[in-house]
Amino acid sequence: MIDQVKQKINDLLSNGSVKGVVALVHTNGNVAPCLYQKGDDLDKLCLGDTDSAGDARYPLNKVLVTLSRQYPDEVFGVLVRGCDERGLYGLYRLNQLDPERVVPIGIACPQSLALQCECKKPWPDDMMAGETSEGIDQKGVANAESNSHSERFSYWKGQFLKCVKCYGCRDICPMCFCRECSLECEDLVSKGDLPVEIPVFHLVRAMHMADRCIDCGLCDEACPADIPLRLLYKKTAQIMNTEFGFTSGIKKYEKSPLSLMGPAPEK
Amino acid sequence: MDYRNTLTTCTYCGCGCNLFLESIDGKLTGTTPCKTSPVNEGKLCIKGWNAHAFVQSERRLKKPLLRKNGELVEVSWDEALDYAASRLKDIRKKNNPDAVGFFASAKVTNEENYLMQKFARAGMGTNSVDHCARL
Ligand code: SF4
Ligand code: SF4
Ligand code: SF4
Repeated sequence: MIDQVKQKINDLLSNGSVKGVVALVHTNGNVAPCLYQKGDDLDKLCLGDTDSAGDARYPLNKVLVTLSRQYPDEVFGVLVRGCDERGLYGLYRLNQLDPERVVPIGIACPQSLALQCECKKPWPDDMMAGETSEGIDQKGVANAESNSHSERFSYWKGQFLKCVKCYGCRDICPMCFCRECSLECEDLVSKGDLPVEIPVFHLVRAMHMADRCIDCGLCDEACPADIPLRLLYKKTAQIMNTEFGFTSGIKKYEKSPLSLMGPAPEK
Repeated sequence: MDYRNTLTTCTYCGCGCNLFLESIDGKLTGTTPCKTSPVNEGKLCIKGWNAHAFVQSERRLKKPLLRKNGELVEVSWDEALDYAASRLKDIRKKNNPDAVGFFASAKVTNEENYLMQKFARAGMGTNSVDHCARL
């Protein structure tokens, strides 16, 4: 798979259709986000797998947004998995990226990773390498909901109490880009206090993610307190789906029901 | 166009979390925790996440400050070092070496901390050496 990706990047760079390609590099024993430009060595290109599949993924779309803000007229390629492509669709919809200036290089995820992510769609629509594995049923939310209200309440309260307020869940998230963040608004979240306001801090983020989260799991992996954030956002995504028939990033130009005025759109 | 992620170690405490400093055309734009680091495994505390923020801050001191007539004023390194050296000598002479204490820093290297304690013990003659976390 990696050779196909290298070939594709090489082609894009040498025919000049992109200025650079955002992907990963494996160097000095570490994996890092990287921008490949014409003439750069693709030998150390990496897809984000070290000990196991997808264990060294980074928010490449975030890098792309940063680069596009700096160089709005350039076209960039970007390495995407299924979740990253959902992210691109979301970022187009939210006017953070221009689809005319992005060339996705899509790869499929192996079954092991799909299982671990409990991923509905472990492949991008626009796929150039890998084989699609099966989408996984979302059982995590149903399992969590099989407990009583009071058990669930004390479970989540216990989880939220562990929060060290590092803002890592927001900072790593490829779908968080606001210049002014509600989590830093002192009317909602007081500055410098720990534990954080429970449940305001985590639920404000969950609400804001309801029509944005593309279920990539990077927040879960960045949380030093091991709070199952992804499970929480899977629940908000599920509500969006049940109530409005909407899932973030599944259809390319679909508007979010939360950004429409008037009656609910047809499901 | 020069986009980089430079691997480095967080300067805020002694844990040694690994992070990437992101830069575009020589200006820092962000911090990303290193996932392949066995120390922090892709996680950081709030200080680490903002490791890029202070470097280019306008509020950063660029010259030594000395308090003159109750006010902090910018002075040259020579003046600042001469003043510090003469005051340290004075205090040591009037009292004893233990009248001076030394605080090491988590923001500098092991070798610099080694030199500092050497200066405290061999230069000043005191064992009053402690860590900045106890300031
Ligand atoms: S969420 Fe899906 S597409 Fe993304 S890494 Fe996991 S399995 Fe792959
Ligand atoms: S899974 Fe987490 S990091 Fe990924 S989009 Fe959702 S909230 Fe953001
Ligand atoms: S990453 Fe975890 S510990 Fe940090 S602010 Fe988010 S929930 Fe809290």
